[in-house]
Amino acid sequence: MNQLQNFTKGFIKESPTFTLMLGMCPTLGVTTSAINGLGMGLATTAVLILSNIIISCLKSVIPDKVRIPSFIVIIASLVTVVQLCMQAYVPSLYESLGLFIPLIVVNCLILGRAEAFASKNNVFSSFVDGLGMGLGFTFGLTILGMVRELLGNYAVFGHQLIHSDGILVFVLAPGAFLALGFIVAFINAIRNKA
Amino acid sequence: MEIFVIIIGAIFVNNIVFSQFLGICPFLGVSNKISTAIGMSGAVVFVITLATLVTFLIQEYILTPMGLDYLQTICFILVIASLVQMVEIVLKKITPSLYQALGVFLPLITTNCAVLGVAIMVIQQSFNLGGALIFAFATALGYGIALILFAGLREQMELSDIPKSMKGIPIALITAGILALAFMGFSGLV
Repeated sequence: MNQLQNFTKGFIKESPTFTLMLGMCPTLGVTTSAINGLGMGLATTAVLILSNIIISCLKSVIPDKVRIPSFIVIIASLVTVVQLCMQAYVPSLYESLGLFIPLIVVNCLILGRAEAFASKNNVFSSFVDGLGMGLGFTFGLTILGMVRELLGNYAVFGHQLIHSDGILVFVLAPGAFLALGFIVAFINAIRNKA
Repeated sequence: MEIFVIIIGAIFVNNIVFSQFLGICPFLGVSNKISTAIGMSGAVVFVITLATLVTFLIQEYILTPMGLDYLQTICFILVIASLVQMVEIVLKKITPSLYQALGVFLPLITTNCAVLGVAIMVIQQSFNLGGALIFAFATALGYGIALILFAGLREQMELSDIPKSMKGIPIALITAGILALAFMGFSGLV
């Protein structure tokens, strides 16, 4: 597989958010605004790239039987690093993402890529895969965040477009399910036509 | 009275699926049949309560006194993973019938973010041991209720005529959204 294909697959064909349905909890939980979605996506991307690189370097050292626990330890350490960095440099984002930052550890996307890709491929392809998948995830989260923010607050990235209250339900919990459901249905409809 | 407030709050008002968004992957994955949903709920209630007990004690007696709070994430996830494995082995040996019912769901639980989520939430909200256990049990019960309700709805949906592009995940998400709207009716209860 060439590297370009490897990079772009995360955006549409194997989009973690809209096609594979991986990492649903942060997807639904933090996307109350586009900026939160973007922040969460980038934090996950950082962990994903680093874990892919490290796991692909260590793939010949880790015994097959204990590979899952080893992957989890590597991922958990990286998440802690990202968590401490965010707490230090972007405290407001850290506050609004809250519980979902430590929960990056159990994001099935990261363990899934480690198991399906990084443990079988070389370092560079794993890096590209992590970058592509991570940005694909970020892209999905940002889109969902934008839709919810636009409908719920009439705002884009925090800039109010119309000064009125908006359809509040889209910022609240049910809106997450509804918005994602309709976006996925829309993508399916386009796919079925093509 | 306080206990009652914790229980109602955890099951209905702050339902773990519909207002906290934890454990969504298994929520969408194993909710096709009511029988599977019941098995999964049982396993989740069991593991969450047990995991919260263990992680709470570790935080209280090891991490906090030694100033190792930053190891929380690594420590908790390892404890949960090994706990799940251990529960599986013990159940297999002691009560094979219970293992038959819950066994297949146990490996899935390690990556259920509800378990780690509840363990961390308990620490953040600084409960005492009793409160932590009640909170964990009630939250897990809320998860079970959500899962079983949703499975019932999905069984009915199998039979209905749905537009092609809505089939599967999209309609499930929209149904969950409507269910979440219903659960919002409980807010303000406590």
